[in-house]
Amino acid sequence: MDLNYTPAQQAFRTEVRDFLATALPKRLSDKVRLGKRLSKAEMEEWHAILNARGWLAPNWPAAYGGAEWDAVQRQIFEEEACLAHAPRVVPFGLMMLAPVLLAFGSEAQKQHYLPRILNGDDWWCQGYSEPGAGSDLASVRTRAVRDGSHFVVNGQKTWTTLGQHANWIFCLVRTDPDCKPQAGISFLLIDMDSPGVKLRPITLIDGEAEVNEVFFDDVRVPVENLVGEENKGWTYAKYLLTHERTNIAGVGFSNAALTTLKRVAAATMSGGRPLAENPHFAARMAQVEIDLMAMRTTNLRVVSAAARGQAPGAESSMLKVKGTQIRQELTSLLRRAAGPDALPFLPEYLDGGDNQITDLPDHAPATAPGYFNMRKLSIFGGSNEIQRGIITKAILEL
Amino acid sequence: MDFTLTDDRVMLQDMLRRFLRENYDHEKRRALLARGEAFDHAIWGQLAELGIPGALFTEAQGGFAGAGFDIALVFEELGRAGVIEPLLSSAVLGGGLLAALGDDSQNAMVAEVITGEALLAFAHTEPGARYDLSAVRATAKATTTDGIVLSGTKTHVLGGAEAQTLIVSAREAGADHDREGISLFLLPAATAGVTVAQHVTIDGFSAATVTLADVVVPPSARLGAAGAAYDAIETVTARATLAVSAEALGAMESAKAMTISYLKERQQFGRPIGKFQALQHRMADVLTEVEQARSAVVNLAGHLEAPRALRERNVSATKNLIGRVGALVAEEAVQLHGGIGMTDEYALSHFVRRIVMIDHLFGDVDHHLERFIQLGQEAA
Repeated sequence: MDLNYTPAQQAFRTEVRDFLATALPKRLSDKVRLGKRLSKAEMEEWHAILNARGWLAPNWPAAYGGAEWDAVQRQIFEEEACLAHAPRVVPFGLMMLAPVLLAFGSEAQKQHYLPRILNGDDWWCQGYSEPGAGSDLASVRTRAVRDGSHFVVNGQKTWTTLGQHANWIFCLVRTDPDCKPQAGISFLLIDMDSPGVKLRPITLIDGEAEVNEVFFDDVRVPVENLVGEENKGWTYAKYLLTHERTNIAGVGFSNAALTTLKRVAAATMSGGRPLAENPHFAARMAQVEIDLMAMRTTNLRVVSAAARGQAPGAESSMLKVKGTQIRQELTSLLRRAAGPDALPFLPEYLDGGDNQITDLPDHAPATAPGYFNMRKLSIFGGSNEIQRGIITKAILEL
Repeated sequence: MDFTLTDDRVMLQDMLRRFLRENYDHEKRRALLARGEAFDHAIWGQLAELGIPGALFTEAQGGFAGAGFDIALVFEELGRAGVIEPLLSSAVLGGGLLAALGDDSQNAMVAEVITGEALLAFAHTEPGARYDLSAVRATAKATTTDGIVLSGTKTHVLGGAEAQTLIVSAREAGADHDREGISLFLLPAATAGVTVAQHVTIDGFSAATVTLADVVVPPSARLGAAGAAYDAIETVTARATLAVSAEALGAMESAKAMTISYLKERQQFGRPIGKFQALQHRMADVLTEVEQARSAVVNLAGHLEAPRALRERNVSATKNLIGRVGALVAEEAVQLHGGIGMTDEYALSHFVRRIVMIDHLFGDVDHHLERFIQLGQEAA
């Protein structure tokens, strides 16, 4: 038992911190710090900076340009990047598709797609959810029917995050409708520029069109775009759930949010004293901090077990449930800390424009959108209710 | 960063867990309590033979371990088995204070605490003091004849009736709630003027009210410098807080295991009740929060030797979280069991009582939340 990082891990943290201090443009970190929205170009700019340092793909093998960090190193990078207000890395190609290609893709697919992800040639989005398949993902109905050297795809995906920026989509499609739901699903890569692909943005509760519907109308997809074997797509999708979720607790995000919250609560006056001294607010803030102190250790316990090669099972689900509760509480407190200043809705400001309201604190406009946006945490990636089912199923074995 | 136990600790844990599993019996414990006995002297002797009290002291103090993670692993096992023998009162509190402040001749008794021959108790809390460690109104006044006169009342003295020697706090200077001016005295329980009235606690422990009516002790009874005992009291309370937090964790693990078994076995409406999603989701939250409780114990164990501000921040964070999670686990374990979970005959109710009442030792959820906030403001 030792809560201290090894000298090598401490040196790595210093290396990451130094890199962020010099390589992260203030233009970007200012936007992230204030909760503003990044443009596609800004996200790509940050990817390119990380890629130049060899740090864009922390979990890939070096042979494909990855950094080969272990789980503890990834956690350290995540913590430091969040505290420095670095943009988050867009995960769809790097963290979601790439591990599936590395484990189940053909060598040709790896050679073709992986460098394009690193270099920013392709922007991937995820085609899993459908209007009738949310938490019950195995009920996907988007059909892919073999026609010579092509699949013909018909159907609809939804909640496709940042699909408006994407030129490729990886999809779960039904290739066999006459078996149990999990058995007839395949994993297919689809060029969004193919004839018959249409995208419609969905404006969400925070006023931003972060997600989209994607429609497929007789879209012809070459058979070489199938990953692994036909009808094995469910296995590949589940592989991700158990192997790539070390960051699921969002501890880095929560650390940064708590730092911001404390700063705001100390600087905001309420009834003649700092909000941080309001006993009710101080109690909620202290309680979430205490939960986060334990969560950091819970996360590290799982992460260090993963670094020793143990694949987390129900632990991932526990991290997700508790981690999202903490993140949602922090965004709720940030919203409340802003008081009436949380009310104005300023999309131009959030996109990078100037603050037009006299004396409105810079941090305030993003607090309500941030709170509303973060309601998604307990819904996506398997809702927290699905996670609770996984947690008990693993232990009750009924 | 390493969350695995050393080989030595794995051996200690295995040995203690096996001994308690084979020798610590719920029915025996109930019968003993029904007879009005404070604890089982045979078990106490065996625990001492196994070296368990010694695991709570460093080599320099005459033990063989004594770090935060040693205290945590021992008390988790004690909690898992529902042990009522006086390791907390005699070894952690009494022996801990002696080892921290005693001179060579006073310290000789630590060896007897480790062998189990001597039983100590810490008589500190006073009526109305709640969890305030500096609320000491008992007085210690020098007499003209080179003696010190102790007067006052001490309540909730764990193991007080069984101890041959009490460590008593009393004020030599300053006012109530001052940290300066508090001294500790080694006091044989048989000294004239000492009255010890025993009572049992709802979770099966023996405690006492100690009245000091002009009790005369020699100056050599004082532990450490006059009026300067507060830091040692706070430090030993930090160790005791870790001990009971780990004990609560162990008791939670037992309550959890019993509840999981019950969800699988108990049939209602033609199926095991664990098939019902409403119960599954409640159990999932229990399982998740117990992992948080384990992390909180790890955090305090890892910071027990840290500088005061960092240590006390972890004391309050851990005790607050243990109190909250403990109440959740205890209440859900009873609810998921239904009526059987409320019976004295069934072991669960004993774990539940201990988990809940640990919140009343060394500061509860509210006390430590407020203290965590204060410590944060002091640091800012």
